[in-house]
Amino acid sequence: MAKRCINLAIIPKERYSMKILEFLSDPIIGIEKWIVQLLENWGVAPEWQTFILYLIGAAILGTGALLFTLILIWAERKIIGRLQDRLGPNRIGPWGIFQPIADMLKIFIKEHIIPDGVDPIPYHLAPIISVASVLLLWSVVPFSDSVRGSNLNVALLFILGVGGLGELGVILAGWGSNNKFSMLAAFRASAQMISYEVPMAIVLLAIVILSGSMALGDIVKLQTIAYIFFLPLGAFIFFVASIAENGRAPFDLAEAESELVAGFNVEYSGLKFGMFYVADFLRAFTSAVIFSSIFLGGWRGPGAEQIPILGFVYLLIKTVIVWFLGVWIRGSLPRYRVDQMMAITWKFLTPLALALFIVIAFVAKLIENTNQWLQVLIFLVINVALFVGGFAIVRKFEKEKERKVVSTKKRALAQPTNPFTQSETGG
Amino acid sequence: MLNQWMYIGIFFIIAMFLPAVAIFLARILSPKKPTKIKNSVYECGMETYNPTWIQFKIQYYLYGLVFLIFDVEIVFLFPFAVAYGKLALFAVVEAIIFILILLGGYLYVWRKDALTWQ
Repeated sequence: MAKRCINLAIIPKERYSMKILEFLSDPIIGIEKWIVQLLENWGVAPEWQTFILYLIGAAILGTGALLFTLILIWAERKIIGRLQDRLGPNRIGPWGIFQPIADMLKIFIKEHIIPDGVDPIPYHLAPIISVASVLLLWSVVPFSDSVRGSNLNVALLFILGVGGLGELGVILAGWGSNNKFSMLAAFRASAQMISYEVPMAIVLLAIVILSGSMALGDIVKLQTIAYIFFLPLGAFIFFVASIAENGRAPFDLAEAESELVAGFNVEYSGLKFGMFYVADFLRAFTSAVIFSSIFLGGWRGPGAEQIPILGFVYLLIKTVIVWFLGVWIRGSLPRYRVDQMMAITWKFLTPLALALFIVIAFVAKLIENTNQWLQVLIFLVINVALFVGGFAIVRKFEKEKERKVVSTKKRALAQPTNPFTQSETGG
Repeated sequence: MLNQWMYIGIFFIIAMFLPAVAIFLARILSPKKPTKIKNSVYECGMETYNPTWIQFKIQYYLYGLVFLIFDVEIVFLFPFAVAYGKLALFAVVEAIIFILILLGGYLYVWRKDALTWQ
């Protein structure tokens, strides 16, 4: 009798723990199932069930991404601080971890100064579009085998297009502010962003050739070998282009404070400025997520298909590594000049990406039916050869040209009539 | 498929809604004390003259044109890349010739110094 009692007590407990394990291995799908059941019990029609589920999912993802920015801002300031031999934020909370919260509270109650003569619709719309364009990118990212926003079949085009919306936010802000500094910065920023979109899109073309699909979920799923081993040069081009697209150092010409005060957001204050700030930090992380989804295999890793929650962890680890690389570059490189910045994309990255695409398109057809590891090896060799060759050619070509221009240039004198400062080479 | 776009649509509305509501709330909570000096356009210590919305440098226009050509080319190539697995070698060579024609134009633009910032 006693034995039976124990058995009865144990069996449900085991089932309970099994259920907990099952739930823990994929909590989001578990919650989703629970909500669906709840809605069914309430008698909601199936179409409305999906609608409500999507609404909840989108709201949680959007809010979560925005709140996550607070941690990102703290981490980035701390890392940049350490890189520059400072302490970074260290006053509020342990290691200054509550600094962004204090900043947020402060910026929330700051006055919104709207200067005279702004163009109201672009001026007020710009910060909203800036944030929305970044948030929207999260809707196509696959987080694990089972959890993803939307497996859109044109996800790569969507990423390019929505990434372009960020430009719209910048140029609306610059145009609407009725300020010459912000307008100059907006022109620069949009020229930079559209220029760097070209090599980025060509690399994405090469990715589509390898995967045969534009859906981000499928691209991640197909990466038994991460695409960075197929296209290390492509990954390099994509990484540089995405830094420039985000407008971060060393490509932060749009906010070169020695030339343009603060860039396109000179006239913004209060939370409107805060929204640009949030969009900037979040965009850096979002592009790291997309990079790791496309090149590093996203959620893939040992055991990620059996235990979907591991997919989140793998994606987070890969993303943080890529994001940290971006922050490292931001902390250590000086800013480029405008002409250098334009030359990097139009005279180096774009021809290189085009050459890569042509060679990949041709070779991939020839070695279509061979072993995958052999393919990786051939692609690797092609990539390295192209990188070394392209770098050597462009460097030699450009250096000669630049030397010629600089040596023949006469500098303008501050006061041409002054006999003491007058000379052949200037001042 | 429609469901996927519905999600994007919902997400778009929420992505616009969140910052808009935050800005609206902050607008209500924040003080409003505009003065003539405070609302003047930012400039380095002097008053601005002439309208802001002036002509811009022609160089931007050139970059815009080159970008447009490349973007159209890329949009044309995306279907080719998706169908790549089903294509014969001949079709691939054709696509490469298509790129090479554009590459000729690209070299022309390069030689004309349209890609150099002046």
